[in-house]
Amino acid sequence: MTASVLSRPRPAVATPTAAKPRRRLGPGRAIPFGAAIGPVGLLTLWAVGSAAGWLDPRTLSAPWTVVTTAGDLIANGRLQDNLAVSAQRAGLGLAFGTVIGTVLALASGLSRWGEAILDGPIQIKRAIPAVALIPLLILWLGIGEEMKVLTITLGVLVPVYIHTHNGLRTIDSRYVELGESLRLPPGTFLRRIVLPGALPGFLLGMRFAVVGAWLSLVVVEQINSTSGIGYMMDLARQYGQTDVIIVGLVLYGLLGLISDGAVRLVQRKALSWRRTLAD
Amino acid sequence: MATHAGGLTATRTVRVRSLSRGFGDRTVLNGLDLEIGEGEFVALLGRSGSGKSTLLRALAGLDRDVAGSGQIEVPQNSSVVFQDARLLPWQRILDNVTLGLRGPEAPQRGRAALAEVGLAGRERAWPNELSGGEQQRVALARALVSEPELLLADEPFGALDALTRLRMHHLLRELCTRHRPAVLLVTHDVDEAVTLADRVLLIDEGRIRVDLTIDLPAPRSHRQPQFLAYRESLLQSLGVYQTEG
Ligand SMILES: Nc1ncnc2c1ncn2[C@@H]1O[C@H](COP(=O)(O)OP(=O)(O)OP(=O)(O)O)[C@@H](O)[C@H]1O
Ligand SMILES: [Mg+2]
Repeated sequence: MTASVLSRPRPAVATPTAAKPRRRLGPGRAIPFGAAIGPVGLLTLWAVGSAAGWLDPRTLSAPWTVVTTAGDLIANGRLQDNLAVSAQRAGLGLAFGTVIGTVLALASGLSRWGEAILDGPIQIKRAIPAVALIPLLILWLGIGEEMKVLTITLGVLVPVYIHTHNGLRTIDSRYVELGESLRLPPGTFLRRIVLPGALPGFLLGMRFAVVGAWLSLVVVEQINSTSGIGYMMDLARQYGQTDVIIVGLVLYGLLGLISDGAVRLVQRKALSWRRTLAD
Repeated sequence: MATHAGGLTATRTVRVRSLSRGFGDRTVLNGLDLEIGEGEFVALLGRSGSGKSTLLRALAGLDRDVAGSGQIEVPQNSSVVFQDARLLPWQRILDNVTLGLRGPEAPQRGRAALAEVGLAGRERAWPNELSGGEQQRVALARALVSEPELLLADEPFGALDALTRLRMHHLLRELCTRHRPAVLLVTHDVDEAVTLADRVLLIDEGRIRVDLTIDLPAPRSHRQPQFLAYRESLLQSLGVYQTEG
């Protein structure tokens, strides 16, 4: 056997063609500042459209109007105040949702009983949009902060649970076998095999969760609210202030982008052991 | 089940009595008996599907869900080397080696074990930065760092190229001379078995059919006439030379 491997027959005549580089199947090298290209293009179109007069300012204010409006809102403090209120709601909902979603995923991923009890209800919750639950939550909790934070929590909990649970369930059984063969105590097994194995799933869930937190925020703030960015926008609608609405939209977009970027940064740091198609 | 052989049986590390294992209505091991002495290197040959892995997994206690009966005595402190290196991709090399260790001296022992397999300086690498042979050496270090009394290895070199394989044979023999664990090495390769083992077992129809003690001086090679004789006899028993009909 050894001999046959070493004396593998060669083609009789070597063809003297220059080595052609193989066609690569992955997407290739990363483009510098690639993430900025799309948004900058969109902004350019908007600016050109406004300057050329194609866009009616009552339909869509010009970018510079939006910038001055934003300046005014900051000068009189409305923007910061509303942003602080919104950020607190989103932050609280995100924190509660992440913790609860992770704990539930662990309980249901590590025990058959946990799965039998928890998985069904969460899948059902997943099928019900947050908006549809709001009437019930208002009846239970009123229109105060509890209702808002709970709605966001429920919106965050689901993706965190789904992806962490999936991450746990797809840990290679060979690693479990390795843990058994080394007689790892349950704590060590959890810390060194289960949690790191589920981390990619958890972080993917977090990416959906942070964006979901801001989305739920929009919904709760435009219903029966007296503060927050959503309220600010709803008020602007009543007075026909397109520029203020756009300031709010841009703000939502920026918040979503920044928080997603933060999670991606954590992802890159925490999963540096992974080589994937995107690297 | 896994009790440490003590007292009169102190020189025996593994003792298996009438071991049976089956999957569904298919019997794989059928009343198999096996003993391995202290520090003895045993190679296990057999056709594909003859139950080598089933036996090894039974000894390693990794067959909870498999139906069967029989008595198994193996030392508490035994290690397994799998066919794939089975390193945790999210742990650095050193952490992989010390996975099963506890106590403050674990990193130090891990470093020493890595140095023994020729991988000093690679402690902070990730597993996927290592070649297949290097990964298997890490797996060997991980298995030996706990100073096991029994080393169970299921075709640990099966996925390696011929040259790397020869190097690994060398390394394994060296490590075993130093640490003296009892070894059960499952292999497809008759040459590997004769080169490495004190005793070669052949499993067939659920039992050990051949139990051959290899009595050859230390640097074993294909040029020794007895080597070829052992090899021929094992190949014969494996039915390699049988013709159809
Ligand atoms: N989990 C399982 N479920 C059902 N049948 C199994 C299972 N594991 C092994 N078997 C069967 O048991 C028999 C022995 O398998 P085993 O893996 O022990 O063979 P082996 O001697 O290690 O073969 P190889 O040399 O190809 O690795 C095979 O016929 C196989 O199909
Ligand atoms: Mg096998």
